[in-house]
Amino acid sequence: MANPDSNTLRLSQESLALIDAEVAKYPADRKQSAVMAALRIAQTEKGWLKPELVEYVAHYLEMPPIAAYEVATFYNMYDTQPVGRHKITLCTNLPCALMGANKIAEHLKQKLGIGFGETTEDGRYTLKEGECMGTCGDAPVCLHNNHAMHTHLTPEQVDELLDELK
Amino acid sequence: MSLLKPTPQVCSWTQALDNPRSLATYVAHGGYQALRRVITENISGDAIIAELKTSALRGRGGAGFPTGLKWSFMPRAFAGDKYIVCNSDEGEPGTFKDRDILRYNPHQLIEGMAIAGYVMGARVGYNYIHGEIFDCYRIFEAALREAREAGYLGDKLFGTDFCFQLHAHLGYGAYICGEETALLESIEGKKGQPRFKPPFPASFGLYGKPTTINNTETLASVPWIMQHGGQAFLELGKPNNGGAKLFSVSGHVNKPGNYEVPLGTPFSALLEMAGGVRNGHKLKAVIPGGSSAPVLPADTMMDCTMDFDSISKAGSMLGSGAVIVMDETVCMVRALERLSYFYFEESCGQCTPCREGTGWMYRVIHRIEHGQGRPEDIDLLNSVAGRIGGHTICALGDAAALPVQSFLKHFGHEFEHHIEHKCCMGGTEQ
Repeated sequence: MANPDSNTLRLSQESLALIDAEVAKYPADRKQSAVMAALRIAQTEKGWLKPELVEYVAHYLEMPPIAAYEVATFYNMYDTQPVGRHKITLCTNLPCALMGANKIAEHLKQKLGIGFGETTEDGRYTLKEGECMGTCGDAPVCLHNNHAMHTHLTPEQVDELLDELK
Repeated sequence: MSLLKPTPQVCSWTQALDNPRSLATYVAHGGYQALRRVITENISGDAIIAELKTSALRGRGGAGFPTGLKWSFMPRAFAGDKYIVCNSDEGEPGTFKDRDILRYNPHQLIEGMAIAGYVMGARVGYNYIHGEIFDCYRIFEAALREAREAGYLGDKLFGTDFCFQLHAHLGYGAYICGEETALLESIEGKKGQPRFKPPFPASFGLYGKPTTINNTETLASVPWIMQHGGQAFLELGKPNNGGAKLFSVSGHVNKPGNYEVPLGTPFSALLEMAGGVRNGHKLKAVIPGGSSAPVLPADTMMDCTMDFDSISKAGSMLGSGAVIVMDETVCMVRALERLSYFYFEESCGQCTPCREGTGWMYRVIHRIEHGQGRPEDIDLLNSVAGRIGGHTICALGDAAALPVQSFLKHFGHEFEHHIEHKCCMGGTEQ
């Protein structure tokens, strides 16, 4: 069991306040309902979900750590392995593929020198292959660090985006 | 283009206005009047359900189940906790309509959910939003704050005893959570693995309590129906297919996007609205209702009208109304390879036929696409697909099998060509 008071694991007051606001959405005896949000908030602050962080979140929500691990490993936007500062998740599903996502994928791989599921040596970028992001009308699309969507991608736009992400 | 008069636009009318998503815009055009009326005039749940039945509103999430009938399944007299849940977990490849409701017309959804809460006697609702559209989650949360401050959500609405609170729950990357019982598990803070049915959510739903779960567009259609009447909604569409519907048109068209048209609109008219096939290319095939719907060849599709019955008669499904358009440059083997990978990746792993079968299908299609197909592979694919469909807890198994079966049925010659010549047919390199 992780020690929830450990400094390296402690979440900021801002993150804890965000988690508390999520907990308040659910019945008082159903804190576990907030685990998806809590893991998202923890990941946003710490970069990725190391096992001790998942346990910290489980402890905070008074749920078994294994149940929190199950969630962290089931949903594919959680990172249970280290990722670069900038995670680019490119949708390559059929509607995006029809609009050139595979060319964007090749461009990204060539530009960054890595394949899907890999991180650049300097720890700056991680490239991931994503599934449908529900934005097929604006294809091809990618997500930056799970929360910022970029649409109508062209190789030039990808270059600009990569340059912006220090 | 407002709620005040019947127009073909049920859910997308705010997009023509300034600040489409704001409460002020919505209220200025008649928003929340239906909620106020049903609550303050104490209109019975039975009367509202009867109106929905008259409207022939059918679920907009994929199954097309009659909404009035679904609502009537709820044990409304049950005195304990009950829930209203909205399924905005829009992850079916090709579907992007609920995103536009969330970002351009969130209050119509909130009003629809509050009316549902009133009918069912539920005091709490949750809207489960697809994890990848974080900006829409934030927009919806802001709309909830507006509605609470203005007294459209909360305790003792409009001076009555009716209380209804609504919250947003963000998914985080799992297609399976679009399945209603997986979605409920996910709200409970668990892996999104579907439950055995029965019991259905109406008797054993969120936290084991009676729950009504509907799609975003379905719930957002309810205020319009209460404002203008079920008959007016029915007349927008055609018998058994009431209303207008949002169609998400993606792929090889000049103007991809959402188009709200009356059910029964010819596919050719929808295609024209979307600018036609890109750059003068020729239409090859269409997946008319999201990636799980069987693919249809161009000729068949051009004879269809966009409604549940016509598409079903043609051998496919209207599904979520996601129309994926493919022109003659598409290699159907490669297209199916990508779809099969999706179902393999997204199978929750609970049922053996789906967990193993989706992997088999992907690997066999992958080897055909990469020049290593064997003559017996087509029979093998049909065999595996046939052993998944109908043998799993939820519909993901069928959703994985239907594309394989339909691609082989209509475009089997391309698979044979790949196996024999180890390459795409001429002109199909996409």
